[in-house]
Amino acid sequence: MKRSSLLKKIFHSLKTHSKRNATGASEENTQDYYASQWSLMWKKLKKHRLARFSLLCLIVFYIIVLFANFIAPQDATEYDSDYANAPPMQLHFFDEEGNFHLRPFVYGIESTRHPETYRKVFVEDREVKYPVQFFTEGSEYKFLGLFPTNIHLFGVEDPGEIFILGTDGMGRDLFSRIVLGSQVSLSIPLVGVAISLIIGLIIGGISGYFGGWTDAIIQRIIEIFRSFPTLPLWMALSAAIPAGIEVVKMYFYIVIIISFIEWTGLARVVRGQFMSLKKEEFVLAAKIAGVSTGKIIRKHLMPGIMSYLVVSITLAIPGMILAETAMSFLGLGIRSPATSWGVLLQEAQQIENVALYPWKLIPLFFVIFSVLCFNFFGDGLRDASDPYKK
Amino acid sequence: MKQMRANKRSTEQPLLSVEDLKVTIQMDNAVLKAVDGVSFTIEKGKTLGLVGESGCGKSLTSRSIMSLNPKECETTGEILFNSSLDQKLKGLNILDLDPTGKKIRSIRGKKISMIFQEPMTALSPLYTIGNQIMENILLHRTKNKKEAKQIALEMLRKVGISDEEKRFNDYPHEFSGGMRQRVMIAIALACNPELLIADEPTTALDVTIQAQVLELMKSLQDELGMAILLVTHDLGVIAEICDEVAVMYLGEIVEKAPVHEIFNQPKHPYTKGLINSMPILGTGKQRLEPIEGTVPLAINMSHKCGFYDRCTHRIQGICDVQAVPETQVSSNHSVRCFLYNEHEEDEQNA
Amino acid sequence: MPEPILRVKDLNKEFKTKSTKLFSKSVPVKILKDISFDLLEGETLSVVGESGSGKTTLGRCVLNGLDATSGEVVYVTNDEKAVDYLNLGKADYKKYRKDIQMIFQDPYSSLNPRMTVFDIISEPLVTNYDVKKKEVEEHVADIAERVGLNPHLLKRYPHAFSGGQRQRIAIARALITQPRVIVCDEAVSALDVSIQAQIINLLDDLQTEMGITYIFISHDLSVVQTISDRVAVMHLGRIVELASVDSFFENPKHPYSEALLSSVPKPDPDVKTDRIILQGEVPNPGNPPSGCEFHPRCPYATELCRTEIPELKETGQGKRHLSACHYADELELRGVWHANQAK
Repeated sequence: MKRSSLLKKIFHSLKTHSKRNATGASEENTQDYYASQWSLMWKKLKKHRLARFSLLCLIVFYIIVLFANFIAPQDATEYDSDYANAPPMQLHFFDEEGNFHLRPFVYGIESTRHPETYRKVFVEDREVKYPVQFFTEGSEYKFLGLFPTNIHLFGVEDPGEIFILGTDGMGRDLFSRIVLGSQVSLSIPLVGVAISLIIGLIIGGISGYFGGWTDAIIQRIIEIFRSFPTLPLWMALSAAIPAGIEVVKMYFYIVIIISFIEWTGLARVVRGQFMSLKKEEFVLAAKIAGVSTGKIIRKHLMPGIMSYLVVSITLAIPGMILAETAMSFLGLGIRSPATSWGVLLQEAQQIENVALYPWKLIPLFFVIFSVLCFNFFGDGLRDASDPYKK
Repeated sequence: MKQMRANKRSTEQPLLSVEDLKVTIQMDNAVLKAVDGVSFTIEKGKTLGLVGESGCGKSLTSRSIMSLNPKECETTGEILFNSSLDQKLKGLNILDLDPTGKKIRSIRGKKISMIFQEPMTALSPLYTIGNQIMENILLHRTKNKKEAKQIALEMLRKVGISDEEKRFNDYPHEFSGGMRQRVMIAIALACNPELLIADEPTTALDVTIQAQVLELMKSLQDELGMAILLVTHDLGVIAEICDEVAVMYLGEIVEKAPVHEIFNQPKHPYTKGLINSMPILGTGKQRLEPIEGTVPLAINMSHKCGFYDRCTHRIQGICDVQAVPETQVSSNHSVRCFLYNEHEEDEQNA
Repeated sequence: MPEPILRVKDLNKEFKTKSTKLFSKSVPVKILKDISFDLLEGETLSVVGESGSGKTTLGRCVLNGLDATSGEVVYVTNDEKAVDYLNLGKADYKKYRKDIQMIFQDPYSSLNPRMTVFDIISEPLVTNYDVKKKEVEEHVADIAERVGLNPHLLKRYPHAFSGGQRQRIAIARALITQPRVIVCDEAVSALDVSIQAQIINLLDDLQTEMGITYIFISHDLSVVQTISDRVAVMHLGRIVELASVDSFFENPKHPYSEALLSSVPKPDPDVKTDRIILQGEVPNPGNPPSGCEFHPRCPYATELCRTEIPELKETGQGKRHLSACHYADELELRGVWHANQAK
C-alpha cells in the first residue's frame, strides 16, 4: 500500500515535471500556461463525466425552478375533490383503432366504486380524447414574478384534466405540486448556504488567521453547536415560530434554522484552509515584501481557499435539501397549501397511503436525484479543486 | 556491437542484465518516453551508480526491475535476473511476470530489495520497527517467530542500532531520519538479497548522517556480498561507493564506464558538463561552468540527440538528424555521442 | 575594510512547543541562542549547519519574518543612519523594509500559484512604491531580462515554469525593490546540479553589478565555498565558528566544522580521505546536552566540555577567525585544502 502511494507521487511528479518543460510541445499545453486557477479547474472538471452530467441536470432543475409556474399546469391552490387520489395518467399515441397521433392525447377519466371493496377507482373513458396542447390558458400567475399571464406550458382543453403523475388526496395535480415545490426545496439550500457562508467565512477566518486563544474558544463553541441533536433543536426552534404566519416569513425562518447548524461545517473548512495556507512560503514572502495583513488575506489567502470553499458549499447543499425535506415532512416547516417536496411526502407518512397510492412517493425520487446530482458534482469539483497539486 | 555484448554475456553471466528497457507514459495528447532503450548489467557483488538530473528516468528504471511501475506506464524490454541460488529464475524476464503474482513476490524483498529516499513514508507508522523487519523475514526466510526475531535483532545490530532489544519495540516516529534509514536498510537486507536497489538513499539526510549511512552500506556490502544499484543525482555519493557508473539523460544512458574513467576521462559532453558544474570542496571561491538551458521534454522527440540544444560540441547536420548509436571507446567504456563515432570508424579504416 | 550593514546582537528565539500531555505546561525550545555577528557591506556570509541547527530561523528572524524573542538587529541605512530593524516605526518601516529581501528554498511553495508571474514580481514594487503602471511594466521587464527570463512569458502562471526558472522568478521578485541585503535560504538546494550552477553564477553576477550583500543559508559546503566570503557554522542554535572562507576551509577551528568538511562526499574516486564519521545523531534541541552542545559527538571532548559552555572567541588564526571550542588553538584539525593540494 505505502509503496504504491509513493510510486504514485513519483509518477505524478514526473508527469508534472515533463508537462512544465513542454515549451511549445503542443498548443493545448501552452494555453495552460496562461490559464488561471478557475480555468484549470474547469478543464479538469470537464473531464469528470459524472460531474458534467450532474451539472447539466442541476441546470435543468434550476431552470424548472425559475419557470415553475409556467411549467406546472395547475397552481398550488387548485383542487378538485372529484379527482382525489387519481393515478398517473398515460399519454397515448395510438387510439383504439390503432391510428397513430403525432400529438399525444389522454383519455378522460371517471371515478367509480370498486364493486367489492367500495374503494374509489378511476377508469379511462375511451370515448373522449383530450389531445395535449401547448401554451394553453389556465390559472393566472406572474411569469418570473413580474408579468401577469395565464399561459402554461402544456395542458388539455376543458373539461379534460391531465395528471401525468397522479393526484393527491385533495385532487391536486402531483406534477404541478412537485414543480412548484422545487421552488422551495431547491432554493432554501442556496439561501441557507449563502447565510452559512457569510457566518462561516467570518468566524472561520478569524479562528484560522489569529489562532491561539481565539481559535480555541471559537472551536469549542462550534463543537457545542455541532453536538446539539438536530431533531429536538428543530422542534424547539419551530415551536418558537408563531403559527399561521405568511409563507414567505415561514420560508425565512426555516432558512435561518437550517443555517444555524450548517455554518459550523463551513467555518471549519475555512479555518483549516486558512491555517494551512498561512504556513505557505509565499505568504511569508509577501509579509517580507511589506504587504499589509489585510492585503495578504485578500490577495493570497482568499483566492487560495475559494476553490475549497466552492467544493464545501456544493457538498453542503444536499444536507440542506434533506434538512428542509425532513422538517416539512415532520410538519415543522412549510405547511400546506404552500408546498415543498417535504410537504408532499407528508401524505406518504401512512403505510396505507403508500400501499394504495404508490405514486405519492414520486417526490422522493426528486429529492434523491437532486441530492445525488449535488454530491456527484461536488465530487468532481473536489477532484479539480487543486490544479497545482503535485 | 550487439554481437560484442552477446559475447560478453556468454562468457560470464551478470547478476542482472537489463536490455533495451523502455517505459512510455501515455499523456493527454502525447506519448512521453520516460525511459528509452536502457541497457546495462550488474555483476555479482558490485555497485552500479545510475546518475542523472530529475526527470531523466532513473527512478523508473530502478522500479522496473522490481516490476513496480505504475499502471499508466507501459514497460517493455528484457530484465534478466540470474540468481545463483535459485536456478528456476534463470532466463526469466521479470517484465513478463504478473506484477502482482506469486513469482515476482518471491523475488521482491527476498532476492531484490529496495530502499527509498524518504524513510518516513516507506515505514508504516502503525507498526513497531521490530514488526516491520520480522514481516519480511517471516515471509521469505523462516516461519518460526522466535528465529525471526533473532534474525531481526541481529540485523538491527548490524546496521548500528545499539540497544536493539529495546528499540525493537519502538515505532518509526521515535527514530531520527538517519536511524530510520538504517532501519530501512535492516529491513531490505534481512533476507540476504542478492541485489539492493537504493533510490536516493541519502538525499534527505544531513551530510554527517549521510557519511554514516554510506559507510554502513559499504561495510554491509563487504560482509554480505550483495550487488547494489544506486540511483542518485549526487556525483559525490557516486564517487564514494560505486564501481561502475551509468549517466542518464532524457531516458537514455549517455555514458557508461568504471567510476575512475567517468571522473578522470569523461567522454560525453553532458557528463563533462555535470562534473564541471559541480562545486568541488577544496578548490576555493571559483566560478562554476553550468550547462546552459533546461532539460527538454521527452515528448514526441525527433531523431536527434536529446542533449543537442544544450551541447557545446554539437555538429549541425549530424547530431540533429540521426539517432545516436552507442559507441564503445574501450572494453568497458561506452558513450552515446557522435564525437566518438568517427574515431571508431577511423580505427576500422586503418 | 567594508563597513557593517547589519549588526546582529544577542539574538534569541524560543518556540513554545505544544506539550503532549493535557494541562502540563509547554516547555520553550531555544532555537537561537545569543547569536551575534556583523554583516559587512558587499560580502556574502554563509550560514551552514545540519537540519535543526536553526539556520533558517536565523534568516527569518533577521528579516523580521519571525519575531525574535530578544536581541536586536541594527541596520545601517544608505545615509549611515543606524535603525533598529526589528522595531521599525511606521515611517521607517515604509522606507527600509524593502531594503532586505529573501529568496526561499522551495520555488514551488514560495510563488503563489494563483498569481501571474508579472504580479508576483511586481508585488513588492507596487506595495512599497507609488509607481505608475507603465513604469511597473518597464521595471518588471528589465529585471526579468536581467535574471534570464523571457519578458514575453510574464503573463504566464508559475506552473508553466521549471524549478530553475521559478528560482529566477523568485530572484527577480527579490531584486525589484533594489534591496541592499538578500537572505538566500537554501536558494539552490532544490535544484539540479547543472541548474544550480546557473543560479549560483547569476547570484554572483548580481552581487558584482549591484553591490548586494548576501546572507547565504545552506547545508551544502561545496556550494558555500564557491560563493562566500565568510562562513558561520551553526550547531544547535549557536554559532560555533565564524571565519573567512579561506581560513575556514584550510584551518577549521572547531571539531564540528572539521567533521562537516570531512563528511562531504568528494566527486573524485581517487581521493580516499579517511573521513571522520560522527557517532550518534543530532541532539534534540528541546533537551540539549550540558556544556558544549557538541560534546556527545565530539571525538576530542573532555570533562571541561561536558560542564562548561565555550564562548565564541578569537583564535590563533587571528581576529577574524572566531571559534567556540575550549581547545580551538590546541587541536590540529584537518581542513580540505591540503587534501587537494597534495593531489
